[in-house]
Amino acid sequence: MTIETILFVAHTEEDGSLGRAALECLTGAVELHRQIAGASLVAGVIGVDATAAAVAISGCGASKLFAVSGPEFAMSRYASDTAALDSICRTSGATIIVAPATSRFNRAVPGAAQRIGGKIDTHVGGFLVNGAEVTIQRGYYRQRMIATLTRAARPWFVTIDAGLFPKFEGAAANTPVESLTVATSDAFNRTKVVGYRAPEADAQTIRPDANLLFVAGVGWTKKQADGQVHLTEAADIILGFLDKSKASLGSSKSLVDQSTEGHNVFSFMSHLNQVGQTGATPRHAKGLSACCHGEEPHVVGWRFIGERRAINLDANCGWAQGKTDVLYIADAFALVKKVGELL
Amino acid sequence: MSTGFHIVVLGSLVPDLLQTLEPVQGPTGPALKNEMMLPAVLDPWAAHALFEAAHLAAKTPGSKVWLVSLGPKAKLQQLMMSIAQKVPFELVAIDGPSSGFTDPTEVAAALAGAIEKIPALDRTRMLLFGGCASASRDAGVTVQLVGERLGVTDQFLAADELTVSAEGTFTILERVEGGKYLVSEVAGPPCAIAWATGNLPEPPNNPQVGMQNMRTLMPALQKAQPAQFGKQETVFHSVEIPKQERRTRIVKDVPIDEMAREIADWIKG
Repeated sequence: MTIETILFVAHTEEDGSLGRAALECLTGAVELHRQIAGASLVAGVIGVDATAAAVAISGCGASKLFAVSGPEFAMSRYASDTAALDSICRTSGATIIVAPATSRFNRAVPGAAQRIGGKIDTHVGGFLVNGAEVTIQRGYYRQRMIATLTRAARPWFVTIDAGLFPKFEGAAANTPVESLTVATSDAFNRTKVVGYRAPEADAQTIRPDANLLFVAGVGWTKKQADGQVHLTEAADIILGFLDKSKASLGSSKSLVDQSTEGHNVFSFMSHLNQVGQTGATPRHAKGLSACCHGEEPHVVGWRFIGERRAINLDANCGWAQGKTDVLYIADAFALVKKVGELL
Repeated sequence: MSTGFHIVVLGSLVPDLLQTLEPVQGPTGPALKNEMMLPAVLDPWAAHALFEAAHLAAKTPGSKVWLVSLGPKAKLQQLMMSIAQKVPFELVAIDGPSSGFTDPTEVAAALAGAIEKIPALDRTRMLLFGGCASASRDAGVTVQLVGERLGVTDQFLAADELTVSAEGTFTILERVEGGKYLVSEVAGPPCAIAWATGNLPEPPNNPQVGMQNMRTLMPALQKAQPAQFGKQETVFHSVEIPKQERRTRIVKDVPIDEMAREIADWIKG
């Protein structure tokens, strides 16, 4: 029987601390460690000054802490991140590596798994432990089916989506941090990270921490009762509602596709807002859809939305087929504007 | 001196997105009910990668695009009928399962092996393209695994834009948290880019492109190498459709003020 060594691995954010996704993932790793008899927990952090971040989580119960520090590990870059992950994983002798599914690690962890000869499962939605057997749950076919599976192969890399566990909170302990030296290579210098750029938009409309997801469908761009298209009014209503509700803005594919095809639509909306089969699958407590038909390829993106409500003129639209809790049959222009006023 | 890029696009078929999917237990593990009968399309994000590849190749003289595709030969042939008129490419077919339940490590080994056998491919000029995740396995790891096998250490995930400077360096925009882009500059090829949607619309069908592609498609399908996947060490305890049908309450013929108040209270609550 394999005696599991669980490695929690994370990277620091720009301010040198661990981000929310990492701290939530740490809670998951600690919970997994608690459930597997005889397992040990170790942790590793990558960043400019990873030691400080490792000390901050030393109260998690890890028997060993590793840090890979240096300016070359400040930013998200495949070559340096995989080298750092490789070093931590090999040094720790980990059999199960648990990492947050951040954009940085979504890119680097698969490469590290390949380099070490491990197997990988991503977007894991939960652990189950039965004796010594660890099983995970993850989606297939864009969350249209959920599998419960286990693997015999080790090392086994799993990345955990945000929003599954509460953030880890604990006082620092006295566990020493072992600094690992990762040799820099010419490969580090081929990619230079320039910085961040917000999409061309009038406002930042994607808010992952928002309680509410507001999804606009293509109906906002269609002719209204007077036979005219009211794009400016639609934009004002949507932005006004977002301002009052502090919601994150999602979109159906058909709406954002219009801008790709050169039509005059909303400047504050891009493919980054797209929810569904070929878009995002965000996690929010509540979701409100307006002017969207609720077809299956879109609604698969609502898998992790808790309470759902929709506004549509068609009482037989897709939302009515058991995909939302409440469906309001109304003119979205008038109703969303009114809701915005009440907020 | 050779110029242009050698762009290798990884992309396979997935069930048409409007199909109802039902998992069943097959002899080697989970599968889809009537999988061979389901209409198939090119994996959407891989399709974006293919369109971006063709667009870049058209702008850069001396470039060439290969589409490396793993799937049942008969299904690949059907798929090619629908995409051959879109953009020019040379197919490298691998005859094997297109199921989402195959292990990405084994799939990556098959894909990397096929790429290594492309005779005219200059790997110093190679751009490895693919989708940021498939609509089947949905893991988002295949491009990285293949890139790593091929020794490509400049990799990018969920890219929406690639621009090439006059000096031959790249600027790449990747989607990151909070609706932002991470901007990176790369010295040049080789590099691997797993695309999100990009910025290009689906190209219209072009019969001339179709004729050009068909000259190489059928021979490529005929000589497709079979991919042998070993018995999976993964044990699937269950695969099921999420039970999330809701009892929808339909509110109609109610004054708009009343509806608005109910929604506002729900948002605040």
